Amino acid sequence: MRPVRFNITPKEAKLSDSLMVSELPEGHIGEGFFATSLDKVVGLARKNSIWPLPFATSCCGIEFMATMGSHYDLARFGSERVGFSPRQCDLLMVMGTIAKKMAPILRQVYIQMAEPRWVIAVGACACSGGIFDSYSVLQGIDQVIPVDVYVPGCPPRPEAIIDGVMRIQDLVQNESLRRRGSEKYQELMNSYGIE
Amino acid sequence: MGLTNELIKQKLTEKFGNELLNWDEQFGLLTFESSKEMNLKVLQFLFDDEILNFKFMTDLTAVHYPNEVGRELAVVYHLHNLIDNVRLRFKVFTSIESPDVFTASQLFSAANWMERETYDFYGVNFIGHPNLKRILNVDEMDYFPMRKEFPLEDQTRIDKDDEMFGRG
Repeated sequence: MRPVRFNITPKEAKLSDSLMVSELPEGHIGEGFFATSLDKVVGLARKNSIWPLPFATSCCGIEFMATMGSHYDLARFGSERVGFSPRQCDLLMVMGTIAKKMAPILRQVYIQMAEPRWVIAVGACACSGGIFDSYSVLQGIDQVIPVDVYVPGCPPRPEAIIDGVMRIQDLVQNESLRRRGSEKYQELMNSYGIE
Repeated sequence: MGLTNELIKQKLTEKFGNELLNWDEQFGLLTFESSKEMNLKVLQFLFDDEILNFKFMTDLTAVHYPNEVGRELAVVYHLHNLIDNVRLRFKVFTSIESPDVFTASQLFSAANWMERETYDFYGVNFIGHPNLKRILNVDEMDYFPMRKEFPLEDQTRIDKDDEMFGRG
């Protein structure tokens, strides 16, 4: 009998596979210095320290709880600090059915968040109203606030939510520092009646 | 011997005679209706009578019957006698042109929110209600969604065309 072992052929751990280590941005490196552009540094820092604000109204919220748990562990992506105050958070995660009566509250929470802010719509209901094609349910949160990433599924698995957060990380890393002050961004906000 | 449906019917008939109609008993639940002007008198009698003792309102709602001209909206009261554990159902019908029914909220405090809900979904105007406004839906809603003429599905959805599902 062979003793129970999980890693019969153990793999050598590679440092570059670790999520704990970020890739060095483009730049000039020398002895004792590293020079790169500011927005790359800012993007790198922001990307790995996103504070999520969970707005969980139904079953997708349960999947998010699993995502935050030790098995899937969103903390690996620098998002372990789940804030419940909109003024301190960067990422609004809307998970679940938003009733029309809830829409102004969601909008209020979005307005209370400080720039830069991102929004992820998790699940069919938040993306499009889902199966609730009804007089009482908002047909997608993008009717009241702008959305950056949509995660489909009813409900999506934790892997899908993590994938959505990684897409947000890409957006955060590559966003120009001038975007939030640009006219186009103003137009986007005005099209939702914000400011 | 507890309170039986026969006894309830006998007591109500003694008091109101032929004003109560359409006696029915489904699954042991006594059901009857009266004219809408009578609703408070009947409820008050059921509440005050020492034998009947229906002092708890479990439910109040409405039903829309679009084909019954002149009596489209039914307001349904469910009452419970907590001592003998007996329930009954009492209906009044009203036309949809003037859906005015006297409020039961002075008699049963529980009727307050339930009448607001019934107004919210069916547009029944409860005369004398202290605060008759929408309770569950958004205040801006300009129709009564549970009436049959309003389709259940949201007409603003554009992604549910049959073409999207390969059925076009």
